[in-house]
Amino acid sequence: MTTQTKDPVVVVVELNGGNDYLNTVVPYTDPNYHDNRVKLRLTEDEVHKIDDRLGFHPAMGPLKDVYDRGDMAIVHGVGYENPSRSHFRSMDIWHTCEPVKVGDEGWIGRASRQIDPNGENPIGTVNIGHGLPRALVAPGVPVASVADLSSYGLFTGVERESERERMLARFAAMYAPGMGTGPVADIMDYLSLTGKDAMKGADILKEVPAGYESTVEYGADSISQSLRSVAMIHTADVGSRFFYTSVGSFDTHGSQEYMHGKLWTEVSRAIVDFWDDLRQHDADDNVVMLLFSEFGRRVKENGEGTDHGSGGVAFAIGPSVAGGMYSEYPDTRVEALVDGDLEPNLDFRGLYSTVLEDWLGLDAEPVVNGRFEKPGFISGS
Amino acid sequence: MASDNDLRLTAHLMRRAGFGVTRDELERLAEQGYETTVEQLLDPESQPEVDMYPLYRRLPQAESPWQVMHAQTDWMYRMLNTRRPLQEKMALFWHYVFATAASKVEHAGQMADQVALFRKHGMGNYRQLLVELARDPAMIFWLDNQDNHKRAPNENWGRELLELFSMGVNNYTEDDVYECSRAFTGWSFEPTIPGSPWGNFPWVFKYRAEDHDGGVKTFLGQTGRLNGEDIIDIVVRQPACPTFICRHLYNFFVAEEPQVPAWNIEPPGDPDAVEMLAQTFVDSDFEIKPVLRLLFNSDFFKEATFRKVKSPTEVVVGTLKLTGALGKPSPEWGTIGQEPEKMGQALLNPPSVEGWHTGKEWINSGALMNRVNFVVDHVRRADLPGNQRNVDWIVQQSANGGSMAPGILVDRCLELMGPLDVPANIRDNLVAEAGADGEISYRTTEDREDLSRRVGNVMALIAGTREYQFG
Repeated sequence: MTTQTKDPVVVVVELNGGNDYLNTVVPYTDPNYHDNRVKLRLTEDEVHKIDDRLGFHPAMGPLKDVYDRGDMAIVHGVGYENPSRSHFRSMDIWHTCEPVKVGDEGWIGRASRQIDPNGENPIGTVNIGHGLPRALVAPGVPVASVADLSSYGLFTGVERESERERMLARFAAMYAPGMGTGPVADIMDYLSLTGKDAMKGADILKEVPAGYESTVEYGADSISQSLRSVAMIHTADVGSRFFYTSVGSFDTHGSQEYMHGKLWTEVSRAIVDFWDDLRQHDADDNVVMLLFSEFGRRVKENGEGTDHGSGGVAFAIGPSVAGGMYSEYPDTRVEALVDGDLEPNLDFRGLYSTVLEDWLGLDAEPVVNGRFEKPGFISGS
Repeated sequence: MASDNDLRLTAHLMRRAGFGVTRDELERLAEQGYETTVEQLLDPESQPEVDMYPLYRRLPQAESPWQVMHAQTDWMYRMLNTRRPLQEKMALFWHYVFATAASKVEHAGQMADQVALFRKHGMGNYRQLLVELARDPAMIFWLDNQDNHKRAPNENWGRELLELFSMGVNNYTEDDVYECSRAFTGWSFEPTIPGSPWGNFPWVFKYRAEDHDGGVKTFLGQTGRLNGEDIIDIVVRQPACPTFICRHLYNFFVAEEPQVPAWNIEPPGDPDAVEMLAQTFVDSDFEIKPVLRLLFNSDFFKEATFRKVKSPTEVVVGTLKLTGALGKPSPEWGTIGQEPEKMGQALLNPPSVEGWHTGKEWINSGALMNRVNFVVDHVRRADLPGNQRNVDWIVQQSANGGSMAPGILVDRCLELMGPLDVPANIRDNLVAEAGADGEISYRTTEDREDLSRRVGNVMALIAGTREYQFG
């Protein structure tokens, strides 16, 4: 492992809606796959062969190249016990690492707190998208949630710059430190903190687009644009350690052939563009990218699509990743399925633990609530 | 004329029991008296139903929605335009408690039907509401009761009925959950053909007698061949039930309580208030209106002004009311239903069956910016009819030879946006903004435009204050 002078960074891409594992990393010689996927079956001629058993979805050609370079880890059979087939619940479990009770703190929020216990960097964690994924939430941890980098900030609708500057100054003055009093004092204090973080974060981020130059031309689709925003902020070197974004919907109950192909075409290209961009800025060696989905899909197709299942595939990508395959492809024989679904054989919290400990050098146990088998996909760890 | 105090109290009532009011309406309601207004809220049928034609004419998709965004728009239109605000607010209340999400149901029409159910029964009898809920196809699918079979009970609905919809944890055993689930076997719906890609069929409740477990059950100490309705009869008579529901009402209408999962650990902030509401609930045989009447007329309600963080839905609808935006059909209606989502509340799509975490948890940096920017972008638009009315009102109030002190302008804006009290240092900043570009006057058309701009900026800054995040 080369000496790291730059802080390690993690980019998480959520494949929202439940990505179909079987048609992403395709067991193209498996007779069970043939039997269960009559319409949606991808053949030996179509897939990008990884070995004599598995191949990538036809739309994932660009990622096959990344894999062949040794920069991509495929983590098989990821999930958790007693899988939930509800999108929200399952996503919640992935976000909070709480498969039994309802958690309100996210794993990235807890990890951010270990990195920056006093919440000093307002953009230590950046979400690209609307809302705030629960993975990023933890008390005292500032998170910037950016839907559109070019318009991020307060009073962005105020056209006259001098007027806007004046209003921002007044806003800052109104959020000056003051002890909250009365029955809602604690919320007032929290609002003060959040308001100030939002201002500080926006101040830093507003400089980012102007300082960014690149020859990489990203696609117009949303994941390309989101990863471009990540690249802009990361290459600006403003101390962000976690980036989060999502793409979907992978919820292909119907019209799967078209939708799944379209999504993987976009995602594959976006990822390759992103890494080209980072390499161009010599900013790739301190980044690891993680792709996951809340669940896989039912082994047996329902006609033109597939229903919610369990057991999925995750990917880790980056020059610091030891490429290859980790864990095992779950048994596809009918007697091995649980309610018609693949049985996961690697707890997702082990996936996180690898990133947290082997990449970020943090203590994973309090973040993921336990110790889990780690797929060791970080080089040199 | 109504006193300042009447105006404040009425504005508080209309924010909590509705989605806010315009200044005209506020003055009219304050004039007719607080208790009269409460009675009017409690009698929605005395007011005409909301006219949906202007929306459906332009956005036919909203009438029988295929996509959840259109169902969201339909609901927001009602919240904004209804003459029966409490009915709509109670529908939202039950959506919080009986949280059902389109993400799993994947049937926008059934989601809209569930809200219609809350609208129809949400102020009626709670026992009846639970029976209707148990028969609601969206709820059945959401909690898998169509998979609750005589020979293979599925406990999802049975458990949540007890844990989240009526009593709270620790008031029943695992055996009770099992027996409850048995009693609801056969409560299903049809057709069960999946939605996409063929489109959604309407679902209807279907009692499958052949799949119902007619055997003897023992539930919370009572034994018999219990069916679903018997279970509901037993549940509502448990002492925990009225307290649980009234704590929800207190949390929604009065002041922040801890998040629901903590309720069996932490006592209510005002146990006497919750107990008083619960007693009324029992005495009225689970009629909801008498509880609401007691609540809105109570001192604990009247004293609780600005104690609750406004929900994103309240922010959006309240802003549309204040500024008169979308009063007329507009292409923006197509997407307005999604605005609360940007602030963390996707209507008809709560994160889980536990509903949203409210209060402080509505706030994070991105959400706060989106809240503030949404209000700012609306109050600064001189073309919106509500903003024009607001400027007219400010001028009317300040008939003083054509000019106005900055402090007056600020106080008027605070009245229109609350009436809201802010600490002196905040007011100083607002006054500085109001007076930033010289004397405020309204003699000429240019003056009026300048006044309108200043009012917009002052209101924008008020929207940014911590105080304005509360309602």
